[in-house]
Amino acid sequence: MSEQFEKKIKDYVILPLFGVLCFMLLWCLICSVTDNLPNPIKMWQKSELFIYEPFAKRGEMDQGILRFTGLSISLVGQGYLVALIFGTPLGFFLGLSKLFTRSFDPIIQILRPVSPLAWYPLGLVLFELSPEPSYFASLFTISVCAMWPTVLNTAVGVRAIPQDYLNVAKVLKLSRSKTLFKVLIPATLPYMFTGFRLSLGIAWLVIVAVEMLKGQPGIGGFLWDAYNAGNYSLVILCILVIGLVGFTLDRLMSLVEGKFKTA
Amino acid sequence: MAFIEFKNVSKGYSGAQGFSPVLKDINLQIEEGEFVAIVGYSGAGKTTLISLIAGLIKPDIGQVLMNGKEIQGADPERGIVFQNYSLLPWLTVYENIRLAVDEVLSDKTKEEQDAHTLKYIKMVNVSHARDRFPKELSGGMRQRVSVARALAMNPKVLLLDEPLSALDALTRATLQDEIKNIWEAEKKTVLLITNDVDEGILLADRIIPLSAGPGATLGAPVQVNIARPRDRKKINHEPRFKEIRKEVNGYLLGLGTKPKLTLEKKLVLPAIEPEDLDHPRSLIPGATVAPIRSNEVKKERVEL
Ligand SMILES: Nc1ncnc2c1ncn2[C@@H]1O[C@H](COP(=O)(O)OP(=O)(O)OP(=O)(O)O)[C@@H](O)[C@H]1O
Ligand SMILES: [Mg+2]
Repeated sequence: MSEQFEKKIKDYVILPLFGVLCFMLLWCLICSVTDNLPNPIKMWQKSELFIYEPFAKRGEMDQGILRFTGLSISLVGQGYLVALIFGTPLGFFLGLSKLFTRSFDPIIQILRPVSPLAWYPLGLVLFELSPEPSYFASLFTISVCAMWPTVLNTAVGVRAIPQDYLNVAKVLKLSRSKTLFKVLIPATLPYMFTGFRLSLGIAWLVIVAVEMLKGQPGIGGFLWDAYNAGNYSLVILCILVIGLVGFTLDRLMSLVEGKFKTA
Repeated sequence: MAFIEFKNVSKGYSGAQGFSPVLKDINLQIEEGEFVAIVGYSGAGKTTLISLIAGLIKPDIGQVLMNGKEIQGADPERGIVFQNYSLLPWLTVYENIRLAVDEVLSDKTKEEQDAHTLKYIKMVNVSHARDRFPKELSGGMRQRVSVARALAMNPKVLLLDEPLSALDALTRATLQDEIKNIWEAEKKTVLLITNDVDEGILLADRIIPLSAGPGATLGAPVQVNIARPRDRKKINHEPRFKEIRKEVNGYLLGLGTKPKLTLEKKLVLPAIEPEDLDHPRSLIPGATVAPIRSNEVKKERVEL
């Protein structure tokens, strides 16, 4: 028992702390060579204000760090939702119909690797006449980029449904909607959730790029603003926060995904 | 006119190595209310045969008829217990059976559907596990639930694909008795696929052997004319029991079929120097055989 406990402490506390220490050392080392990069202490002093008052709003581009993060997460959430709403059915069609796959797989494979930086201008053009072009362009960019893992994983999941389950549906003569909701969707859920998790990761990657392009308030916009103001401490703060949020989101989705894996 | 009829049915699968025949020239007639057992080797095509009746696959040649009409697709009137249970893992025992009930009794009220479901859960003795998921059940319990699901569809024909082969002898005997009781109570037409001749003799009216594949075909049916109710302990002493067993096994082991596999192996005889080379040795009483020398090698042919 105690031996196991010691091993756990070593694996999950001591070794990770060692890694962080190495990272800090490297950081200080680089600081000693160049003046541009603030060292950890200077960085903390500069960004204290944004951390101690995380929800403050002093101006459009001068807000607490969590307030910025919240704005970004809310935008990501909306774009991600749109991605799932369009991506999941698309994945189902791809999985169910060979004809559909043959027709649309090539175009999907071509659109998939396109960078968010390329989609954003197109979004601006598409939503030019809308009340808020930059907002809709952001949504568009996030959903188009984040959709693909959901589409492809759902399609694979549908194709992987065991023939036995389909035979049950046939023998019971289940209606189309019942076959979908009682057999196809439950059988595909584990794959779908893997797609959902990967999609969320991409959505979070994209948000920063999108905000930087437009300088909207949010974690990415804040980062870009800080860079333009020569405040590199805040740039580092933003990078750390972005990483932490991305990590947390991935962990949360893994938990949900694990629930469906066992089912 | 037979209730279910196979007319010169052949079926094969085309795969990566081209077309491989499985069933060939199958002719079969099952009467209403009859209990027929089909016995055959693993891989002979038993599941293929039962899937043809279920309507899950179509014959390449010939026809499968029910009441004189060609079978078009699957239908709940032909309830099937799949070889691997095929319970939906995301539904509980109750929900698995209820799914079938909802389809078949769609015109009844919710209460009637519920009562119907519970009746079959009780019939196969899984009431205590009604809210468990399939993965929380033992193999025998899964099998029972699968039987309950098939019965709950009120099928005219019950198709059982090796329902008991994955179970231990004890559970197997219990479930055999349950199947027997259900058949006697409901008087359905039953087609049982099995690899155990004794099981067939205990349960069926007629046993039909299926020869080994590829291109398996049905042998002559063997009538199980042993009076019911049959008792598993006493049945062993019936003179007819041994006869039926011999007939079925005889067909399966090669009479009526060409031998499928032969194995030739070298038989090196032990190096024994006879004490007296001049003295003829006799292995078989009455016959005289030359002495065996150490380098003598014989070929042996074994038919499997
Ligand atoms: N969907 C399929 N595609 C290709 N070949 C198949 C398919 N289903 C079965 N076969 C082949 O057909 C033959 C008969 O299979 P089948 O499942 O009917 O045998 P079985 O008698 O039920 O065997 P077992 O006793 O092991 O269940 C096997 O050689 C198998 O490999
Ligand atoms: Mg089989």
